[in-house]
Amino acid sequence: MELVDRLRQGDRRALARILTLLERQEPEARRLSAALHRLAGPAHTVGVTGPPGAGKSTLIARLVAALRQRPQTVAVVAIDPSSPLTGGALLGDRVRMTDLTGDPGVFVRSLAARGGRGGLADVVGDFLTALAAAGFERILIETVGAGQDQVEVADLVHTTLVVEPPGLGDEIQALKAGLLEVADLFVVNKADREGAAQTAAILRQMLRLGPRRPWEPPVLLTTATTGQGVEAVVAALDQHRAHLLRSGEWSRVEERRAASTIRRLAQRRLWRRLEAALPPDRWTTLVQAVAARQTDPHHAADELLRALGLPPEEPPPD
Amino acid sequence: MSERRIRVLVAKPGLDGHDRGAKVIARALRDAGMEVIYTGIRQTPAMIAEAAAQEDVDVVGLSILSGAHLELVPRVMAELRARGLDHVLVVVGGIIPETDVPLLQQHGVAAVFGPGTPLPTIIDFIRQHAPLRQASGGTG
Repeated sequence: MELVDRLRQGDRRALARILTLLERQEPEARRLSAALHRLAGPAHTVGVTGPPGAGKSTLIARLVAALRQRPQTVAVVAIDPSSPLTGGALLGDRVRMTDLTGDPGVFVRSLAARGGRGGLADVVGDFLTALAAAGFERILIETVGAGQDQVEVADLVHTTLVVEPPGLGDEIQALKAGLLEVADLFVVNKADREGAAQTAAILRQMLRLGPRRPWEPPVLLTTATTGQGVEAVVAALDQHRAHLLRSGEWSRVEERRAASTIRRLAQRRLWRRLEAALPPDRWTTLVQAVAARQTDPHHAADELLRALGLPPEEPPPD
Repeated sequence: MSERRIRVLVAKPGLDGHDRGAKVIARALRDAGMEVIYTGIRQTPAMIAEAAAQEDVDVVGLSILSGAHLELVPRVMAELRARGLDHVLVVVGGIIPETDVPLLQQHGVAAVFGPGTPLPTIIDFIRQHAPLRQASGGTG
């Protein structure tokens, strides 16, 4: 665990190397992840999500600069999609964050989402743990926010910040149905453009229509390119963090994250056991039998359980 | 997730603001299945090396059109070495006179690709040389 010791001493090269091992889920990753989990401090984790072009990277660069004035150490994980065809990825979020490079209190890492083939939430969870163990006080995760794997990422953070560009009119109703429940903070960016105030007004109105919650998500306006409004966003992040700690919600977030991580790991391990326990080709013949309607998916699933020596989930129907 | 994808940092040191070539390369490497971190124009050697360290890349590709390569490249190499990144494969693209190529290679540059180099040539070179370095170093 020489790498872990170096990470704890602030060696950024060791941190970078550990992130690579965790990302590749190399054999060492499991030991690293376990060791780091016990060392991770109480970092405030913030998911920054929103559609492409909303200005997430530019806003994050401003947020980091403002947090550095406190001074707090900040890590950023910027997630970009992978090409479903080649598996390659173009990770361009650093372009907006170049002013941060060279500050030892800031660490930026790009991560390819790898086309939703699963595992992204595991990797992000391990990244959060490693960055917290390295002593970063705030960790920002930038995601596009679409797709199941990115929803799983939202489950890992304390605070979800949704960035919207102005100009969403009536369509906001349909678009935002899911985000209204998960957002702790809305930012309408590009406030210098037409329709920003209106977009904010629509969001506030929709939030009022929902059930009253202990935390009312604020709707803030920013112009990330100039820095206008960024201080208010930092203040809102602080308020949400304080709310979580005061209400006991902080522990519930940690427990939710622990639960989803344990569940994912156990599911994957069970599945690997299952694959190993099945006779060769049994999976293929089972799939073909269900597709040809010679049997049904429920009986097929029970057969998989039997391969692990488990009884069927329910008595078979008569 | 256990597959290893080659990670490449594409950077433009110096003051010239023409990044079309860098973007073409970045996209071609992505389409070849690599993970490409693009950092934009006007990067200092220290910024490039720091980004390469944080991103733990296997390859750094420098695009230089300004003619300042003899000044910029040795500084980038020194900044990389200062961060323990000796294993990183460094390639340079841009307008580099033939006579300067050996000088850059003496500083540790693995290859120089001039204007008109076919993209597959660059992709193949990186594929052939980056994994070797991945296996031989990088934990240090």
